[in-house]
Amino acid sequence: MTDTMRSRFNSVAVDLLASDERSVIVLAAIGSSGFSADVKAEFGNRIIDVGIREQAMIGVAGGLALEGMRPIVMSYAPFLVERPYEQIKVSLTHQAVDATLVSIGASWDASKEGRTHQAPEDVALMSALPGWTVRVPGTPEEAERAIRQAHAATGSTYIRLSSDTNESSYEKEIGRLVTLRRGSDDAPTVLVVGPLVGEVLEATATSDVTVLYTATPKPIDERGLRAAVLGTDLAIVEPYLEGTSSHVVTSALSDRAMRITSIGVTDPEIAQYGSPTQLRAAHGLDAAGIRSRLGRSLTPMPV
Amino acid sequence: MAHTHHIADAQTRTEFDYSDLRPFMSMMTGDEKHSEAATSTLDVLWTLYDRVLHVDPLEPNHPNRDRFYLSKGHGPMAYYAVLAAKGFIDPLLLHDFAAFESILGHHPDRRRIPGVEISSGSLGQGLSLAVGAALAIDLMHRTGRVFVLMGDGELDEGSNHEAIAAASRFGLDRVTAIVIDNQSSSHGWPGGISQRFAVEGWSTDTVDGRNHDAIETALTKRVAGRPRAVVARVGRKQ
Repeated sequence: MTDTMRSRFNSVAVDLLASDERSVIVLAAIGSSGFSADVKAEFGNRIIDVGIREQAMIGVAGGLALEGMRPIVMSYAPFLVERPYEQIKVSLTHQAVDATLVSIGASWDASKEGRTHQAPEDVALMSALPGWTVRVPGTPEEAERAIRQAHAATGSTYIRLSSDTNESSYEKEIGRLVTLRRGSDDAPTVLVVGPLVGEVLEATATSDVTVLYTATPKPIDERGLRAAVLGTDLAIVEPYLEGTSSHVVTSALSDRAMRITSIGVTDPEIAQYGSPTQLRAAHGLDAAGIRSRLGRSLTPMPV
Repeated sequence: MAHTHHIADAQTRTEFDYSDLRPFMSMMTGDEKHSEAATSTLDVLWTLYDRVLHVDPLEPNHPNRDRFYLSKGHGPMAYYAVLAAKGFIDPLLLHDFAAFESILGHHPDRRRIPGVEISSGSLGQGLSLAVGAALAIDLMHRTGRVFVLMGDGELDEGSNHEAIAAASRFGLDRVTAIVIDNQSSSHGWPGGISQRFAVEGWSTDTVDGRNHDAIETALTKRVAGRPRAVVARVGRKQ
């Protein structure tokens, strides 16, 4: 089987079920077939499929957590985050219990399925709830690390899996930002979130820019960001709703006079199909689109 | 003034009974008489805490306790009065109901009130939480039942119907839903509320929501492999 973030979720989940009797997987039909008959025979009472009932899925996770279990909930992003959003607020966050939510589909993975299966708004929504850590891994390896860390840690985490992946796992330490390419001291900086590294490196191949990478948009690695950003121009390239991560970045740099721009999804209702690669390009997030949208940020700021 | 009298009284007494509940509610509302709506849950709550639930204010987190979830959240004065009478909270706290520094809001918050198992107020979330808790109690080899108090109006929320189906498919006989029926649902429940549960395989009963013996009998009953729903009928919402 190809090693995808989604397949990695399944293997990590089985490992956590085996190693920690408090771990429990909660599903709403989607994802149930990802667990083999053997796994279900061994851990079936901790793989809870409530059927196509997403409000119950989150509520059940909340009840399990109230009793001290460690629920991991998985579904397509729109059905995990958007449909039961108030349950996430009330049945998890307001109850002061912890859960790990793992989504698939992201912004354009379900290119043929259309708008109903796409959630570019998910990171903004999860960032709006207090206390949630948000991870947007770039590889199956980073996804595995995020899931294991979330399960072991205190607090709740949203992990956004995608069929898009980076060429390698750039993240050295979870939550920490890394520098992928260093430009001259006053060169503009491009901060890439998640699996858009290849597109950004290609888009900026011939430009004097610093390229930073993070798989954790919330909380942002404030110290790392402050140390790595040297110039006055910063562009955030984010694989979700444009502007989502602007607030955390501007807050981290609020004492500096800077020009900060966001490049992400601007039209969730784009209504085109094809492959994920085609839909990403239609959103202006292929190398050519990013290069053209970066144009303004790469122009030196007038003095 | 009766109001002052009861506060002074509460400072010196440690044992309370049913006759103290309405004076306790008066400490919160200032009213000497309470509408049917304000007390719709009072007799069920008292019977639960007085005769049914295995709970102990000295060990509010005992792993094998019964859990009580006030899903409905609204109008919690009767709930707070019972918690005060049963030693979970100091009756003197009732006087500052919903004041800035009070632990007692118009919807209960589990993070602040001893003995309160869930924070509620947004209708239709308690039953799914109870399904999760019941599954966890089994998985963790604990005992204890999970009682969820809802309203007939709250049953309008579709999320309840997801939980009603899930609870019975999982055979969760630890779960008992109590629906206080004061006919406040906007469009009613043709065929009766208990049918909504019965068709999903729940064991059901409908009782007079003011009759403590009937409430006790209905809530104590447990049918193996089936969740239980008890509809407690009280006067129409005023």
